[in-house]
This record gives sequence, C-alpha cells and structure tokens, in this order.
Amino acid sequence: MAGKKFDYAPAPESRGIVDLQPAYGLFIGGEFVDPLDGRAFKTVSPATEEVLAEISEAGPRDVDRAVVAARRAYERVWSKLPARERGKYLFRIARILQERARELAVLESLDNGKPIRESRDVDIPLVAAWFFHYAGWADKLEYAGVSTASSGPPKPLGVAGQIIPWNFPLLMLAWKIAPALACGNTVVLKPAETTSLTALLFAEICQQADLPPGVVNIVTGAGETGSALVEHPGVDKIAFTGSTEVGKMIARSTAGTGKKVTLELGGKAANIVFDDAPVDQAVEGIVNGIFFNQGHVCCAGSRLLVQESAYDEVLTSLKRRLGTLRLGDPLDKNTDIGAINSPEQLGRIRELSDVGESEGAARWSPPCELPDKGFWFPPTIFTGVSQAHRIAREEIFGPVLSVLTFRTPAEAVEKANNTPYGLSAGVWTDKGSRILWMAGQLRAGVVWANTFNRFDPASPFGGYKESGFGREGGRHGLEAYLDV
Amino acid sequence: MSERIDVRKTYKLYIGGKFPRSESGRSYEVTDAKGRFLANAALASRKDARDAAVAARAAFPGWSSATAYNRGQVLYRVAELLEGRRTQFVSEVAAGEGLTARKAEALVDASIDRWVWYAGWSDKVMQVHGSANPVAGPYFDFSVPEPTGVVAVLAPQNSSLLGLVSVVASAIVTGNTVVVVASERSPLPAVTLSEVLATSDVPGGVVNILTGRAAEVAPWLAAHMDVNAIDLAGAPVDSVTDLQVAAADNLKRVLLPRLDDWTATPGTERMFAMLETKTVWHPIGV
Repeated sequence: MAGKKFDYAPAPESRGIVDLQPAYGLFIGGEFVDPLDGRAFKTVSPATEEVLAEISEAGPRDVDRAVVAARRAYERVWSKLPARERGKYLFRIARILQERARELAVLESLDNGKPIRESRDVDIPLVAAWFFHYAGWADKLEYAGVSTASSGPPKPLGVAGQIIPWNFPLLMLAWKIAPALACGNTVVLKPAETTSLTALLFAEICQQADLPPGVVNIVTGAGETGSALVEHPGVDKIAFTGSTEVGKMIARSTAGTGKKVTLELGGKAANIVFDDAPVDQAVEGIVNGIFFNQGHVCCAGSRLLVQESAYDEVLTSLKRRLGTLRLGDPLDKNTDIGAINSPEQLGRIRELSDVGESEGAARWSPPCELPDKGFWFPPTIFTGVSQAHRIAREEIFGPVLSVLTFRTPAEAVEKANNTPYGLSAGVWTDKGSRILWMAGQLRAGVVWANTFNRFDPASPFGGYKESGFGREGGRHGLEAYLDV
Repeated sequence: MSERIDVRKTYKLYIGGKFPRSESGRSYEVTDAKGRFLANAALASRKDARDAAVAARAAFPGWSSATAYNRGQVLYRVAELLEGRRTQFVSEVAAGEGLTARKAEALVDASIDRWVWYAGWSDKVMQVHGSANPVAGPYFDFSVPEPTGVVAVLAPQNSSLLGLVSVVASAIVTGNTVVVVASERSPLPAVTLSEVLATSDVPGGVVNILTGRAAEVAPWLAAHMDVNAIDLAGAPVDSVTDLQVAAADNLKRVLLPRLDDWTATPGTERMFAMLETKTVWHPIGV
C-alpha cells in the first residue's frame, strides 16, 4: 500500500571503532608533520555539523616538501625495488584495508555523510579489491600491451600528483594510488577538503605496511593546495577526478609542461528504459542510478529516458519506491539516503532544482522528514523535462532525477548523446541484441545494461568528450602511469 | 616543331569530397626547394577550416560504423591508387623537399607501404586494444576501442608525403574522420593525395585537406567545439602550448609533436591516441 511502510528500530553502527584525533598533520616522507604556515581548517560531519577534527592546510611550501619527498623516494627506493617487491607492498596494504574495513567504513560515513550500508558494502570492499588487482600488475607490466613496439619494457613516469573528490574519498584514493604505485611511481595525493579523514587513516595504514617513506604523501587542503600541486614543476603526472570546469583549468595550466594528464570529470548520464524491461528491476536500477550516494556520483543516471509506452507504469512504480527510501543517520544500517556532503553542495542542488521549477518542469518528492541539523535534500524527481532545461543539461550532483521520454531507439540514442559529457549510460531491456546495439550507439565510456553504478578493478572506467580522458581500472588503467 | 606546352594542374582544397578554392579567394605561391615557382596553392581560411570540420562531422557516423573489414578494403584500395600515381608523387616530393629522384622514390614507396600497414590494422585494433574483463559479478564485461570522432591534424612540415600519410591513415583506419592541414612549404603531394582519395572508395568528408598556413588555421581548429582531438605533429614550434590551451576548451585529446623519424616503423601510439575505450556491462542470467 502506497505511503505505508514498516517501522524500523534504529540500528546504528558503533562509532567506537574509530579513534579520532583532535588534529591531523600532513603525511610527508612517512611521517605526520605540521604545515609550515600552521594553517588548519575543521572537518565536520555533514549529518550533524559536529566538528570531527582539525585538518592541516598545506601551503605551497608544504606541497614542495611533499614533492621533494616523493622524488627522493622515487629515485632512491621505489624505482630500484624489484617489481615483485613493489607488488608485495600493495598486497600488504590490501590486506590491512580488509582488516580495518569496518573502521574505514564508519569513518567514511562520518566524514562524508554516505550511508554505512554503502561505505561498508561498496566503497571499502572495492578499495581493497583495487589494491589487490593492481598489486598483481606490478611485476607483469611488460604483458600489459601498453608499450609501443620499440620502447622496451614500460617505465614509470616519476612523481604523480593526484587530486580526488569528496564523493568516494577512499575509493578514489585507491583508484589513484594503487595503479600509480604498481607502475613504479611515487605519489603526492590531495584529498578533498571536506573528506580528508580516510586518506589520513590510509597514511597510517602505509606506516603499518612499512611502505618506504615518501612513496605515498598526503597533503590536505582546498583548491589552492591543489593548484600548487598541479603547478609544481617537480610533478611528472597529474591525475584528477572532479568537475569538468576544474579539469579544463588543469588542462590549460599543464599545457606546454610535458606533464602527463588524465582527467575523470563530470557526467549527465542517460538511463534508458525500454518498454520490454522488467519494471521492478528497472525501478531498482533507476533508484540505484541516481540516489546511490545521494546522487554524488559523476556517472549517476541523472537523466531518465523512459519509452512513452512504459512511462505511466514506470513513474507510478518509481514514485512508490521512493516513498520507501529512508533518509537519515548515515551510520544507521537501514539508511538509504545519507547527508549532502557540504552546505556548498546543498546550495547548488537547491539552486538547480529551483531553476528546474522556474523553467517549467514539475517537481515531486515523497513525504520525507529532514533532520534538523546537518545538510539534507530529499529524493526528487522532475517530470515534463525538455532537453533544453538546465536540469537536463547540467550536472546537479545530488539526488535529483530529470525524466524525459522517447518513442524509438533512435530517438533514445539521439537524446542520450545530446550532451557535452560522455561518461556513462544505462540501458534497460529484455533484449540482448538491443543492449549491444544501444551500447554501440551511445557515446559514453561505460554502458551498464540492466544494472547501474557497478564498478570493478578489472573494468576500465572513464569518459568520452568533456567527461575527460584516460581510463581507470584494469589493463587500460596502467597506461595513465606509464611512459608510453 | 615547337615544344609542347604542358597543361598545369590547379591545386585546390579538398572538403567533403569536393575541390573548392578557398572561400577567401586567396592563394599562395609554392616553390621548390630552390625557390623556383611550382604552383599557386589555395590559402585556406578560418571559414574553410570550419567547413571542413562540418564535413568531417557529417562523415563520421557512416565511416565509424562501417565494418572493420570494409574500412580495411577501402584503405587498401587507396594504396593501389597511390601506386598508380607513383611518378607524380615522386616528382612532387623531389621538388618540394629538394631530394634526388632516388630518395624521393624511396619516400613514396615507404608512403605507399605505410598506407598498406595501417590499412591492415582496421580489423586488428579491437583485438589488440580491447579486453574482456573478469568482474566479480554476473556480467559479461568487455572494453572495446572506438574512434574519438573528428580529428584535426597538423601534418608534419618536413615530410610532405610520408609524414602526411602516417598521420592521416593512423587516424582514419579506426573510424575517425579528419581535417588535415598540409605541410605549408610542400603542400602539393597532399593535394595529389586528395585527388587519389576522391577517386577511391573513401567517402567524401572522411579526409578533408587544407593547404595554407598552419599558424593561421590551427588556432581555429584547436578551439573548435565540434572537433574531438588534435594531432600537433606539424604545429609551429612556438604555438604548441597555445594550441594545447585552446584545445582545453572542450577537452580535446592532444597528440603532442615528437621528434618523429617518419621512416621508422610506427608503433601503435598514433592510433591509440585517437581512440576511446568503451566498457559494456552485459547481464548474464538464465
């Protein structure tokens, strides 16, 4: 019955497993050090606005120290280590990640606001899997097929500067650090300013693994810290995941420097539902596509394209399903939708949603009580959306779905591809031949058929067009960190 | 008996399978290596570059969806026609690059062989570059290379045929379509190549060839929002960084110039640089 749902008793995961320090330094050369300028900022739990810890802000001199440490480690230790031994460090790290998985999951949910169900069952298991996968690559690079005929065995680039976003903090760290180290590079990584904590716990894991000092360096801070890293002349490679806008700035500022750059940027993915798709399964996929991680997903299925003949059935079912989503405490194991990561992001979601309404689309959310404290946005659907609407063109990066319709497969393809982005797409149909035909037509780096938001370390991920360039995952992901 | 007056060729642009003059009405004097007049070539303008990008975009869906076998056959046919024009290419390369006939012959032969080499890649790239991915779940997960789209190519300045063939064939064999700016000083082999392409089975618009000043045309191509990639092989040295900056407007894939030895067997780098990787998760179930 619509509107009626079971009552759940609270089932919070214990915070006790996490040992938060009041303040954190920068991780440079294997040690936690204070920033030279002594600047710091606070990181809060987006679900409660409680201050969790004070984080150091790395200035240009700190970034320089980190790059120097990474260079020294590269030249003196890491590049001289047999590949097999390099791999064994990564295996070690993977195991410690598994051993401390619950602690990492709780910390991630605390700092990011994502439901513990996701951090526990998706983020952290994938983090460990990523290190396992690339650990095995370290001594098999000559079989990767990425080098050209005459260049000999693949060589690392040197020092990699890596900048990651706040939506999957530790997972993005794993996507960056695991292949970089496997290929023989050392790294300076900057986590997003609102989600530094799991990266700093990862630094501790590097210490436990006895990873040689300087191989991994973590500099915390905001955009200025990131710019200092991008512009540092001692960095050979920049890997960035984040907005298309910042990606373009990085592409410009690295022009002419010879730095190798890979960018994983924004998206506005079409999730295409044909009338022969099993509706219940498709609705689950639509929900997973846009409400997973509060829609803070670059590959989120933010544009739902429904075949007209199935529209009423899909929308009715989708709305009923949204009524059962539970929004609230990220640490509660029953929570489906957690907190929006920051007030800035909440502001952007609100702004674009208001624009959606003012441009004439119809807004709908299920009855949904928002907690008094923290940053929250209810799951939201816009119907009557045209391709010209800003909510159909711009990345909202929140739990907001724009619904459009189509009649023929060709029209679905036309609408799906009508975007400067090209990161991902979803196709829902019972027909295998149609899946493969659609997959061939869609200009996107990842196409999920009868599923959405699946990731695997063996599966290359990355965008077409303005969603960036380079791939992360699998054999293809090695190229970003090799001199080829 | 008086000596026969030869009938000279008018060297024009090649856009969308047609041979227009520059819409600007301009031309420039092409000389041999010793400065003697060879021809007046069209001096392409911004408008010509934009027309060429439109033609390349229009040709992309058809060319990229042709079967690999078909693309291979079409490209091999180009090599056959190049062979038939061998004498003409030799005289143009010799004059333009200031080479002896013997050296020019070697370069033309290498160019034809290069074209055959790339033609053969059409149905092999996917096997070499693609993969089936062992994901932990009930999915057949595979990654395939796909062409990036419309590629702007600044052809090498000092290798008017072999360099040109290397940068064009490597891009189109995988299904890209191209807008090429020919060697500024020695554009005649490029124009003759366009005549070969026009009589081959390569659809109009797949290769568009502009003659003129790279420094003038390249910035428009680098900043063009419907061009997906740019090969800077023949970019003026002092403009490479500016072109890279302009290319960031829509995050073009950029292939930077290297000290290329065009006579060496190329690796896969040029082809791979103009490819995207698409990963598909196909469900498995009964």
